[in-house]
Amino acid sequence: MGAGIDLDNVVCDFGSFRAVDHVNVSIQPGEFFSFLGPSGCGKTTILRMISGFNDPTSGSIRIGGKDTLGQRPNQRPTALIFQNLALFPLMTIWENIAFGLEVRGVGKAERRAKAEELLALVDLPGAADKMVSQLSGGQKQRVAIARALAVEPDVMLLDEPLSALDLKLRQHMRAELRAIQKRTGVTFIYITHDQGEALAMSDRVGVMSQGRLQQVADPRDIYNNPVNGFVASFVGENNIFTGTVGATASGMARFDTAHGQFRARLGETGGAAVKLYVRPEHTLFATEPGVENSLPVTVTEVAFEGSFISVHAHSDSGASLVAELRNDGGQMIPETGQKGFMTFAAERASILPDGIVRAK
Amino acid sequence: MGDLLKRYGGTLTGAFVLLTAFWLLMLIILPNLALFETSFRPYLPVAEMGGPRDVYSADNYVKFFESPGPMSVFGFEIAVPLRAQTFLYTVFYSVVVTVVAFAFSYPIAFYLAKVVSPKSVPTLILLLFIPLWVSEALRAFAWYIILTLNGPLNAALVGLGIMEKAVRWQQGVFTNYDAIVIGLVYNYILFMLFPIYNAMSSLDTNQIEAAQDLGAPWWKTHLRIVLPHSKPGIASGSVMVFMLAAGSLLVPTTLGSTRSNWFTQTIQQAMLESQDWNTGAAYSFLYLLLCTVVVFGVMRLFKVRLSDIAR
Amino acid sequence: MTDKMRKLLYHIYMGSFLFYLLVPLVIMSGAAFNNNKTPSVYPWKGFSSQWFVELWNDGTMWTSFGNTIWVALAVVAIAVPLGAAGAILINSISGWSRSFLYFFMVAPILAPGAVIGISTILFWNKLSVPVGLHLSVLGQVSYIASFVMLLVLARLQSFDQNLEEAALDLGASHNQVLRRILLPHLYPALGAGAAIAFFQSIENFNVTLFTRGTQNTLTVYVFSKVRSGITPSINALAFLLIAATLVAALIYEVRRRRAAALEAAREAEGRRAAEAEMV
Ligand SMILES: Nc1ncnc2c1ncn2[C@@H]1O[C@H](COP(=O)(O)OP(=O)(O)OP(=O)(O)O)[C@@H](O)[C@H]1O
Ligand SMILES: [Mg+2]
Repeated sequence: MGAGIDLDNVVCDFGSFRAVDHVNVSIQPGEFFSFLGPSGCGKTTILRMISGFNDPTSGSIRIGGKDTLGQRPNQRPTALIFQNLALFPLMTIWENIAFGLEVRGVGKAERRAKAEELLALVDLPGAADKMVSQLSGGQKQRVAIARALAVEPDVMLLDEPLSALDLKLRQHMRAELRAIQKRTGVTFIYITHDQGEALAMSDRVGVMSQGRLQQVADPRDIYNNPVNGFVASFVGENNIFTGTVGATASGMARFDTAHGQFRARLGETGGAAVKLYVRPEHTLFATEPGVENSLPVTVTEVAFEGSFISVHAHSDSGASLVAELRNDGGQMIPETGQKGFMTFAAERASILPDGIVRAK
Repeated sequence: MGDLLKRYGGTLTGAFVLLTAFWLLMLIILPNLALFETSFRPYLPVAEMGGPRDVYSADNYVKFFESPGPMSVFGFEIAVPLRAQTFLYTVFYSVVVTVVAFAFSYPIAFYLAKVVSPKSVPTLILLLFIPLWVSEALRAFAWYIILTLNGPLNAALVGLGIMEKAVRWQQGVFTNYDAIVIGLVYNYILFMLFPIYNAMSSLDTNQIEAAQDLGAPWWKTHLRIVLPHSKPGIASGSVMVFMLAAGSLLVPTTLGSTRSNWFTQTIQQAMLESQDWNTGAAYSFLYLLLCTVVVFGVMRLFKVRLSDIAR
Repeated sequence: MTDKMRKLLYHIYMGSFLFYLLVPLVIMSGAAFNNNKTPSVYPWKGFSSQWFVELWNDGTMWTSFGNTIWVALAVVAIAVPLGAAGAILINSISGWSRSFLYFFMVAPILAPGAVIGISTILFWNKLSVPVGLHLSVLGQVSYIASFVMLLVLARLQSFDQNLEEAALDLGASHNQVLRRILLPHLYPALGAGAAIAFFQSIENFNVTLFTRGTQNTLTVYVFSKVRSGITPSINALAFLLIAATLVAALIYEVRRRRAAALEAAREAEGRRAAEAEMV
């Protein structure tokens, strides 16, 4: 069964470089938790600290409530799936899967039986006696998962396991991973820099930047209520306006910009510099101005993307905006050069701190 | 180090360190220090060792510069100490061997790397390797048989009418060192070939084709593209061949005559015939110095690192 | 000059080169069968197998042969662990200490054999160890371990250290990581290292000559035979060695081709599986 994990003010320094900076988070038993962030933000380092390959410079990590201080990787109830899988190339598939049992002194017949059982679980029956080089990328992926599951870990740690696969297979494996997690009830900690992956699979997502955890929330909240400009930009596209906050009332505020006055929800600004963010799919193109949040524009480009159409436009005051219109035949599609108005609902726009949560 | 501890734990890491320390200290560093120390001591009977005459001096090195004899350098007769003469001849003919080996093996390396179909390369390399598996003593001996007065080479040359009568190759025809150079080239040419081949095979064939496409004649393609790319291999091969040739004792003894002395023979005489280990140590140290100079010289000249040379 | 002609010239040159390399060996082997007191193929005085009989009855030759094998086995047994340990150690450090160690590890390859032999006896003489084949072993190890080190180091560079971490993560002990993960990866290099060590040791003349004392190895014995009265029994020995080499080369070639075919088949299957996944 899954175990919970608590990171308590965890810091990791490499020389003078701080790779992980005061990370606090409690991951529930049986949860599918993702760390999401750009390359180099410290995701792998967090995973390596949980599995015991790196030691935190300060702070503590508890697995199942027990402090891990001084526990070596081979003593922790975790199983790590490496970014490049790290399957043992000189062993057969079943020997790979049963390796964890072999080093625990389990007999051969029992090992073999367990390996076959796990191969069935990851939907790869009949591959037991093949070599690693005989498998495709997706099949190797499953073997890596089976190998990790063989030692019955309480926590599975997955470091961008799908990044080497091509798009279609990646989408298939997402569902597969999620299903395996539900079936086994093991806590999954998943690392990715692909926001689609994180949002689609996870119970909760932790967004990171420069070693700091920016926001921990369920995928919907991350996307709809980002806490700052970094999260808003990293998990999706935005139309952004700079300006100053005016009168506020019941969570809403007036926002004065060079392009006019807008009204939007006011986030936790903490006194930092702020900007207004609104998603392209929440932005509309209209021939008539709306009551509020409406900007006269000229359409510069209309790009057909398949399921949606993105309309790029320039406001008369010089701002660039994008609106994404659903390709459902229900909306008027403007043409290049056409004049009109870009509008958005005040409830869909947020005034957020520009940038990230920085070190204290 | 910390990394090793994490992977293999204290016991295994300790074992790795101990094994390496034994190798480097007991087999390499300390023996060379012993060589250095011994070379500054006089050659004494056992009873006098540690006695009042057993003091450090450079006497052994002075012997190197004693007993001058005539030597012609670029047509000039000058007096050069005999042992220094041997030393200079050894260096000079080792360079000749290196250059000849390079000239012969460069086209073969190119053939293996870029001309012949890659499928037959392993088989060809296996064939080329066969002489290497046969002992050096026997390879030198083979040429002894070929070059003897009544041997097959003379018979063939006379039979074909190229020469009128048999010659004594080992006494030297063009120079005193003919037979030695022939034997050394044969013995060590593969140590030139393989490094060059290795370097060349990493050259992208597209580069050669691009050069030809841009109108470069074949020699220019080699000069500007292939040769520069093979530089580390050439450096490595040259150092290996030079060292092996200069350090060879078998070939000069088997194929040489009384008129062709190799410096290794001088060292051997001091060590094994006169049993004068101190002088032997001094000469050895000079030899080591020569090697160091050559290796670092080639590294500077070819702008390569030690790891390119030692492969 | 057309491309075709140039290619032809290359083939001819390659042919002559092989001829140049192999003909001396043929001549030497031929002399083993010539009914002549001095080793030669010319003039041919008729077929004889007497030199093989003489070789068979040559006691010194057999002793030297035995010595050579013992020395070579000892060199393999010592040089492989030393070289491998050196490679593992140097692979895990960086910076100036790495360059420093690396220099001392490869220097023996570039040093003349005579100097290695002499420094070895001088050093062990100071420790009151007499000359003899045991010193030949140590002298040979000092540079043969360098070859092993270079081979193992090259192999380590293609080693994915994640494999070791994966094994540790799955609960393996340090010994198990070494035995099950690292060593199997190094086996080809260790095998090649052992083979090179063995043949380098058999080949070795310079180090052995200075360290052997009064004992003989095969190369030293051949050398002394060539210097003093030679008989074609040496050629008989050469013939046998060359024949053994050829057989070994043949076996190696056949096995190589088989292994290459097997690996190609496996990779093709992996590719097919990947393609099947795409649809
Ligand atoms: N052993 C190390 N020594 C020094 N710096 C390191 C070490 N390991 C990681 N770093 C640095 O720490 C930072 C975070 O690295 P980490 O591997 O955790 O990033 P990541 O988020 O996993 O990135 P990616 O998406 O590229 O895998 C990087 O800037 C990296 O260069
Ligand atoms: Mg990473």
